[in-house]
Amino acid sequence: MNAVMQRTDGVPPRLRVEGVTVRFGGLMALEDVSFDVPAGQVVGVIGPNGAGKTTLFNVVCGFVRPATGTLELDGERLRPVPHRLAAQGVARTLQGLGLFDGQTVLENVVTGATNRARAGYGSALLALPRADRDERELRDRARELLTEFRLNDVADASPATLPYAVRKRAALARALMAEPRLLLLDEPAGGLGQDDIDDLVRVIGSMPTRTGADCSVMLVEHHVDLVMQVCDALVVLDFGRVIARGTPDEIRKDERVAEAYLGADVEVES
Amino acid sequence: MAYLRTHTLPRHLLLAVLAALLLLLLTYLLPPYRNYQLATAGAYVCATAGLTVLVGLTGQLSLGHGALMATGAYAYALVSDKLVDGGTTGIPLLVVSLVAAILATMVVGFVLGLAGARLHGPYLAGLTLTLVIVVPAITTTFAGTLGGDQGLSVTVDPPPVGLGAAFPFERWQAWITLTAAILTVFVLANVVHGRPGRQMRAIRDDEVAARLSGIDVARTKVGAFVLSAATAGLGGGLLAVLTQSVAPGAFSLTFSLFLLMAVVIGGLGSLAGAVWGAILIVVLPDLADSLAEAMPVSSNLAERLDGNLAIGVFGLIVIGVMLAVPGGIQGLLVALVRRLRGRRPAASGPADVGPAGPAAPGPGVDADRPDASGPSGPEPAADPARPRTPSSGSPSTTTE
Repeated sequence: MNAVMQRTDGVPPRLRVEGVTVRFGGLMALEDVSFDVPAGQVVGVIGPNGAGKTTLFNVVCGFVRPATGTLELDGERLRPVPHRLAAQGVARTLQGLGLFDGQTVLENVVTGATNRARAGYGSALLALPRADRDERELRDRARELLTEFRLNDVADASPATLPYAVRKRAALARALMAEPRLLLLDEPAGGLGQDDIDDLVRVIGSMPTRTGADCSVMLVEHHVDLVMQVCDALVVLDFGRVIARGTPDEIRKDERVAEAYLGADVEVES
Repeated sequence: MAYLRTHTLPRHLLLAVLAALLLLLLTYLLPPYRNYQLATAGAYVCATAGLTVLVGLTGQLSLGHGALMATGAYAYALVSDKLVDGGTTGIPLLVVSLVAAILATMVVGFVLGLAGARLHGPYLAGLTLTLVIVVPAITTTFAGTLGGDQGLSVTVDPPPVGLGAAFPFERWQAWITLTAAILTVFVLANVVHGRPGRQMRAIRDDEVAARLSGIDVARTKVGAFVLSAATAGLGGGLLAVLTQSVAPGAFSLTFSLFLLMAVVIGGLGSLAGAVWGAILIVVLPDLADSLAEAMPVSSNLAERLDGNLAIGVFGLIVIGVMLAVPGGIQGLLVALVRRLRGRRPAASGPADVGPAGPAAPGPGVDADRPDASGPSGPEPAADPARPRTPSSGSPSTTTE
């Protein structure tokens, strides 16, 4: 019944979170959290404010070290260090977007591919043709993403001058520039209008097929419609514990979830 | 032109050669004293260019660049002394001593950078500040080696015989420091325009996002500090060559503040701005002195103003610049050029100018654009040699 979340032996999941516990002083932020994100699937993490969703992301990105628990990426033990993640195929967008205002939109997106630059610092110091070629290739690739995300007109603008929805697309393009196999989206729909959300649904839906890397997506989101629409599976957190996992349909029918989070918004068939 | 836009090395080499030719010409036109001033500006350019990359691009505030220059100057004096004893003369003496000055300062910069990577804003500024204060103490503590308050004297050989017996020493000094300045700006321009510069700006703007983009923040910060220290060390070594002496008094806290103010007035983060700043450091004290003489004040007050007025004037200019043109001199120039271009849109490439327009406002943005700077040397004339849209940071905007 719950094929999505079950641990099928043989093929390791893209991301396995195993018994992760995080304490902030006396507060239990995450308690024995375990779940899998299978390759090529979209997993949503939902829960009320303070449930530990962002902490979970921070654990996966190495910003927070768990007291106990392990992470695995494609069957290999993952000890995340933030700046090494991109090279390991993990990209993340931030709630605050974190765009570089001192760079153009194009440069922002190119910076997302830091892991793919091959020319070293030495060749950059001397401006060797190798460094130029490297930058040119990345810029070409970035321009393709700008076209896809309708950012061509603002390629040379500073993100600070742009509307929120446009900046949000730029942040997503920057994350995709790293060609991740696991994409973490922190409230991707927050502050967006319906048209932009429809766009987002399309992009998230296309992730497993877009790079050939069978990219998985893990997202934290409050927008219930979006979550139900794009996710193959959901993990529901409450007070740092996993209170339910399953397909969107299963979650919709789960009474504990309804109590804890979804409330009256969703009809509960009991 | 499209070729130069997309090929960094030929573009920067061309600009370096143009700057070199212009400056060469200038050294033949100027009288000895002006040549000496030009030479001094060249030495300062090395330090301010490195400082503007550190402060403007990575956002690490250093109040201690005077101390780093002192490190370079003392290293130069000590090493050249040993070399002279060993019988080394002429250009080898100069080059080896300068390399020693750079290396010694890089070591200090590395240690500072390691600490700096863990500190932010005012804490880092405080750390670098202590360095400035410590320098005189070190020179008196090790007075046997470093000469205490008196400092050390530096042997500088006369110009090579091949240049002729009548070749002015000041012109030779100018050639030395300007060569170093052009090399420094060349390397730093490559950094600013290339991937390292982009990564530095990313760190300055958002460290968390920079790390998630795969940038090793600590390493980049330390690297920026080492690079900046290297150029400061070179500048210090060159000052030793110019003054033929090294003394702690030359590297006071005031001097460190001068460097920082010069960079801010020139346009933070812009190499061309660093050149403007270096020129200001040379010219402004002179101007301030003339001002003090011209002012109808008592001789007593004039005496006290002497030497102190410069920092006051500098401070006022910094405040004025921050209020009126946060992009500094270079930001102002870029804005002017843009306005002039905007008046006749048919003359320039409209396809490129179009999207660049909305990016124009925003304090400091101009100075941060790598295009706002270039290896232009103290002569601004080299800059207009590169027509391009000031705000389009991408060589590949041209249709290929």
